[in-house]
Amino acid sequence: MTRENLINLILAMLLLAVPVAANWLGQPFYVTLATRVAILALAATGLNLALGLGGLVSFGHAAFFGLGGYVAGILASHGFSGEPLVFGFSGTNQMWVIWPVAVVLAGLVGLAIGAISLRTSGVYFIMITLAFAQMVYYFAVSWPAYGGEDGLSILVRNQFPGVMTMRPMSFFLICYVILLTGIGLFAVIRASRFGSALQAARQNEVRVATVGIQPYRIRLTGFIVSAMMTGLAGALFADLNRFVSPSMLSWHMSGELIVLIILGGTGRLFGPLAGAALYVAFEYALGGITERWQFFLGLILLLVVLFARGGLLGLLAGRARHG
Amino acid sequence: MTLALALEQLLNGLQLGVMLFLMAAGLTLIFGVMGLINLAHGSLYMVGAFACATVAAWTGSFWIGLVASLACAAAAGALVELLIIRRLYDRDHLDQVLATFALILMFSEGMRWLFGSFPLYLDIPPLLQGAVPLPGGTEYPVYRLAIIAAGAAVAFGLYMLISRTRLGMRIRAGESDREMIGALGVDIRTLYTVVFALGAALAGLAGALVGALQSVQVGMGEPVLILAFVVIVIGGIGSIKGALLGALLVGVTDTMGRFLLPKILALFVPPAQAGMIGGAAASMLIYIVMALILAVKPRGLFPAAHA
Repeated sequence: MTRENLINLILAMLLLAVPVAANWLGQPFYVTLATRVAILALAATGLNLALGLGGLVSFGHAAFFGLGGYVAGILASHGFSGEPLVFGFSGTNQMWVIWPVAVVLAGLVGLAIGAISLRTSGVYFIMITLAFAQMVYYFAVSWPAYGGEDGLSILVRNQFPGVMTMRPMSFFLICYVILLTGIGLFAVIRASRFGSALQAARQNEVRVATVGIQPYRIRLTGFIVSAMMTGLAGALFADLNRFVSPSMLSWHMSGELIVLIILGGTGRLFGPLAGAALYVAFEYALGGITERWQFFLGLILLLVVLFARGGLLGLLAGRARHG
Repeated sequence: MTLALALEQLLNGLQLGVMLFLMAAGLTLIFGVMGLINLAHGSLYMVGAFACATVAAWTGSFWIGLVASLACAAAAGALVELLIIRRLYDRDHLDQVLATFALILMFSEGMRWLFGSFPLYLDIPPLLQGAVPLPGGTEYPVYRLAIIAAGAAVAFGLYMLISRTRLGMRIRAGESDREMIGALGVDIRTLYTVVFALGAALAGLAGALVGALQSVQVGMGEPVLILAFVVIVIGGIGSIKGALLGALLVGVTDTMGRFLLPKILALFVPPAQAGMIGGAAASMLIYIVMALILAVKPRGLFPAAHA
């Protein structure tokens, strides 16, 4: 077992052990904190597919995250009021219906945004994905039917057959299993022929095109899968907070998702989890010390970017094998 | 009546466009010369607005405040360039995005630290208060016209600076080949600092001018920053001409869209719905325009020769 795998295993065990211990000690707050880590890590793992493997610096993944959140919120609110939504379907509070809807919708929007954005590259790509996410954001703000700027509350957390989702520990376990599945999927994709092509397109576009693979298609597929995973995380996030608002779509959210990946280590399997854990810990610890925690978060981030580019996993497990 | 209203909206659109140009010109210059994407440009806009509001409140003069806004934003820009930004020139765009994102967090929280969370207010100077009559019987505020004039003057001044002076020549040379002008003995590091401070001063000026129309508060730079990104993406990153045209296009499209779309929709659907759908559609309009332009020209209307 390599050092990185060992650290990954420890991270995964820690994320499970902390809430179990907190639950046993009667501290549900820390369970919620761990759930937040798991969900943010899932969203960032999705982004890591595009950013880490494909080198696609999407500054608009909040669009997919928020979209997933709104799917959960809107389906639940219709399910609660019984008002028909489309084709006589009047919403639902069942997670196993909400998740596929969130994933499919995020994928479709990812297809639309990716198809246009991937015609460009470099700075243009960063700014275009940002602009598209802003478009979705402004739409959510100015569309009054689902709360507009005020957001939408989910009165009762959505249900999963056989699980008491209102209990923090049960909901954490759902998120934890999904996170591990997501990370597993990332590993499978990275090792697959498709994943190799995606990484090759990042390293040398011309060579990839020369051997007969179209970089555009590969990237678009990667971008869509990435959007789907982040969308699913959004649905979970809305259920965690029992609230969804345009702030989930804001560009700060997109920035945060990138920050998670960089804090943990770009392109690494457990980078997003390490980053999310570090981020939530910072947020919680600094928030306890000073009201001005965002200032210090900015400072830490700046120092990481300038001086510690490998992130947490880079420090602990050495340089990534593939550049 | 409607024609006069349309004219008023058109002028508002021009005014927004001119402000966006001041922001976009700095962004596009910085990208063109140094290849740097600067998210913290909106923070410099905020610095300018706060400097103007504070100094104007101390001295009672808007004009001294305006000078202070230019000076403070330029100084903040130069300082940030010297301490942080110059370490980022040979990094990839991802690092630049993250570092300047971190700067935004620090600037916003720092300003909140210094000035508190309450917005400051900046009065329009007495000279520019009042309104002028427009054809059609309505009136238009002098101050907004003055902003349009100031923006046009800055655009002209920038054009002269870049096409007629030695500094401008170096900037153009820097845009086409950084290493070469360094090899020819131009002090490239100082040039970078100067360009960054110039862009910052323009952003600060925009912040101060707009500060008198809206309230001066933390976070005021972010919506403008994103619009300025749309502008330079439409215009072609690195092109000042593209920034000017893009800014006017975005300013007028956004303002006229918000004004006209609900009215056009009202011809087809009930007024309440027309307002709702029209409002939502109008807020997305410039992004749709951007997507259409990029679908045809992926590198903007006036792609820079290199990059």
